[in-house]
Amino acid sequence: MSDILNMKALELAQKIKAKEISAVEAVEAVAAAKEAKDLKYNCYTSFNLESAVENAKTVQKKIDSNEDVGLLAGVPIAIKDNICTKGELTTCASKILYNFKPPYNATVIEKLHKNNLVPLGKVNMDEFAMGSTTETSAYGETKNPWDVTKVPGGSSGGAAASVAARESVAALGSDTGGSIRQPCSFCGVTGLKPTYGAVSRYGLIAYASSLDQIGPIAKDTADVAAIFSVICGKDEKDGTSMDTTPFDISDIISSKSLKGKKVGIPSDYFGEGINEEVAKSVMNAAKVLKELGAEVEEFAMPIVKYAIPTYYIIACAEACSNLSRFDGIKYGYSSPNAEMLRDVYIKSRSEGFGMEVKKRIMLGNFVLSSGYYDAYYNKALKVKGLISKAFSEAFEKYDFLLGPVAPTTALKMGEGLSDPLQMYLGDIYTVMINIAGLPSLALPCGFDSSNMPIGMQLIGKPFNEKTILEAGNAFQSATDYHEKMPETV
Amino acid sequence: MKIDGDLIKYLESLARIELNEDEEKKVGSEIQDILTYIDMLNELNTDGVEAMSHSFPITNVFRKDEVKPSAPNEDILANAPHKQDTCFVVPKTVE
Repeated sequence: MSDILNMKALELAQKIKAKEISAVEAVEAVAAAKEAKDLKYNCYTSFNLESAVENAKTVQKKIDSNEDVGLLAGVPIAIKDNICTKGELTTCASKILYNFKPPYNATVIEKLHKNNLVPLGKVNMDEFAMGSTTETSAYGETKNPWDVTKVPGGSSGGAAASVAARESVAALGSDTGGSIRQPCSFCGVTGLKPTYGAVSRYGLIAYASSLDQIGPIAKDTADVAAIFSVICGKDEKDGTSMDTTPFDISDIISSKSLKGKKVGIPSDYFGEGINEEVAKSVMNAAKVLKELGAEVEEFAMPIVKYAIPTYYIIACAEACSNLSRFDGIKYGYSSPNAEMLRDVYIKSRSEGFGMEVKKRIMLGNFVLSSGYYDAYYNKALKVKGLISKAFSEAFEKYDFLLGPVAPTTALKMGEGLSDPLQMYLGDIYTVMINIAGLPSLALPCGFDSSNMPIGMQLIGKPFNEKTILEAGNAFQSATDYHEKMPETV
Repeated sequence: MKIDGDLIKYLESLARIELNEDEEKKVGSEIQDILTYIDMLNELNTDGVEAMSHSFPITNVFRKDEVKPSAPNEDILANAPHKQDTCFVVPKTVE
């Protein structure tokens, strides 16, 4: 059974199609892995085996009657706990949504069902996706499978760790400022933050709506591409969604060369604060891209240093507006200590939200408040324009960009929360991509001296996931970092 | 930008959040740190730069004005902490 968890999603789907493994066996294998390991890693927040078995049986019937079931039929997939699953707990890892069972499915969940994948288990995250360590979860922290004294990254830490710990075959995460890519980097797995709009956000509980995107996390680029191809596309329920450049999965899998590609490396991604081993691994990856036929050069991108301030202004401003819906009246936690209406709001929110969330809501209120709006929020939107422009100029010269995902490998538990500003600075290479709305693929490119994974990202042009997925597959066909797994798992 | 106790209280009231004294101190000093860092944006000349809200040029998204059933009342109310018939229940707000 444990073999199933070591398989890639596409490989498992093939075996299910060939009737070597049944869809129900696949689901049961995930349940067994969770049972055996999750006390140690704490990846899951809830797990409804019964409904997954029912869904798997339905899929199996279709397979048995030789219906056209698609690329990934029967593959179980873990879901970040901020994506709405009808009738099943969706908590954002927050006390304020401790009992919330959405009355509808997110569009991505509908698409998974339509393509015969089997959603199984909700996975842990920083509360409301606000964090880089998965330590602010109301369910307790997830542990990094490579070293349980370290964080898995965040906010999609449960998703990335579950793939690395072989507790899930693949997962859906969400990325607002690096929340897919950074945990992938810390856990040695592969993940895609799609172009803003490439995947519908309908049913994703909003953190910062202009930055949020749902994306896949898996063991390699081919799996990530396959899952992305299932969840992407314009959706009438999300007015910002758009159709992205279509691709055939065989184009991605057969991509082994980068001849004719021009790759830019923003030299400002290697400034103050980057760990030497991380820098070295990413530069080694640049060599691999060259060996694969790409032309690689460095270029200056001085706007990098302004990314973090811009991000925290925009993200917190949007968060304070989005999170005003949690009022103790419509759903979730309602304080038993309130007598007046105003108290229902104040007490439910004060008792229901964790400190990091409260802080970001207050910061958001500050940058939007009268007298400060122009100096902060409006200024940030102008800098957003400058950041987008810097990327558009880069893409006039390059097909895609290469950089590290994070300045360091995984931090020790508690280290990030003790110095929040320092923790925020760890997002410096990822937040810009959300601000500019670009797609970015994170994949493993080495290990540091304590054997912790190092990740790199390939940043693409808007709505051109295809190019970075092809490049990711070419890189992974020439390297084996993504094949490594934690010894203790 | 200097954050003082009054401003923190004001932000609490805007956010409909109440902090105790220790929390106010902690949150105050953390917001101070991030705002001090944010102030570096002032180095950057943005005169004449247009504020950008959406990264890509999309215009209004229209759809046909078709009547579709909305979610049933009972489904939407299923999560309500307090409900009666087809309504959310809140404390009395007018005399």
